Amino acid sequence: MRKPLSLVARTVCDLFAWFLIIFGVYVIIHGDVTPGGGFQGGAIVGSFMALLLVAHGGDRVLEWVKTSIYWIMLFVGLMMFIGFGLRGIPEGAFFYNFLAVPHDVAKTMAHGLIPFSGTIGVMDIAVGIEVAGGLTVIILSMFRGIVLHDFADSRKETGHDG
Amino acid sequence: MKLKALFIAATLVLGGVLLSGLDAVHPFGVPGDVAMDEYFLDHAMEERSSENVVTSIVFDYRGFDTLGESAVLFTALCSVVMLFRKGRK
Repeated sequence: MRKPLSLVARTVCDLFAWFLIIFGVYVIIHGDVTPGGGFQGGAIVGSFMALLLVAHGGDRVLEWVKTSIYWIMLFVGLMMFIGFGLRGIPEGAFFYNFLAVPHDVAKTMAHGLIPFSGTIGVMDIAVGIEVAGGLTVIILSMFRGIVLHDFADSRKETGHDG
Repeated sequence: MKLKALFIAATLVLGGVLLSGLDAVHPFGVPGDVAMDEYFLDHAMEERSSENVVTSIVFDYRGFDTLGESAVLFTALCSVVMLFRKGRK
């Protein structure tokens, strides 16, 4: 479980892991125009860590991965989501879409940084960050739990009554 | 023994109530009230200029559902981390 795969498998995973990230980010930021969205793209980005753990083994990956980054991603995404929801209250209601441009106006406008769909696109990104961080934390902590379980079997006993 | 009979009676009564409620359920595949569906299909594009109607429902018209979904994800994450944490002693 903790041993890395062969050199061929590792090289292919190194090559394609970055395309996986790019595809996940594409799904997230095009959430308001294509099928998919924040949750699905976040799950794609989160599976990056599963690929790395399978290909390179736990020893090498857990050495340089910092779980706190993914916790921060989770909380930043969640706070962005709730914050954009609260920002709609002065405009009318909770989760009111205050950035949206109506379609007939949007047809005559040039593209800007914020998508025409307003908070839909921004909340897609927020939920994508949150889900990517959260699923990566889940994968990492489950893997750590499995490694701990393996250690308990293979190493010598450390005493039960201590 | 008496408690068991009570449980069986309660189950029968509850099951009877729920089964009798099946009459009120509208048939499968036939939408009961299409007013909201048609509103979403007609107005989602013009109001929010989002080509993906599903996303505009998920993140705009029904943002509360997505907030609950985030809460579910966060709860699942907390329980996984609690389950697999180090230092069980």
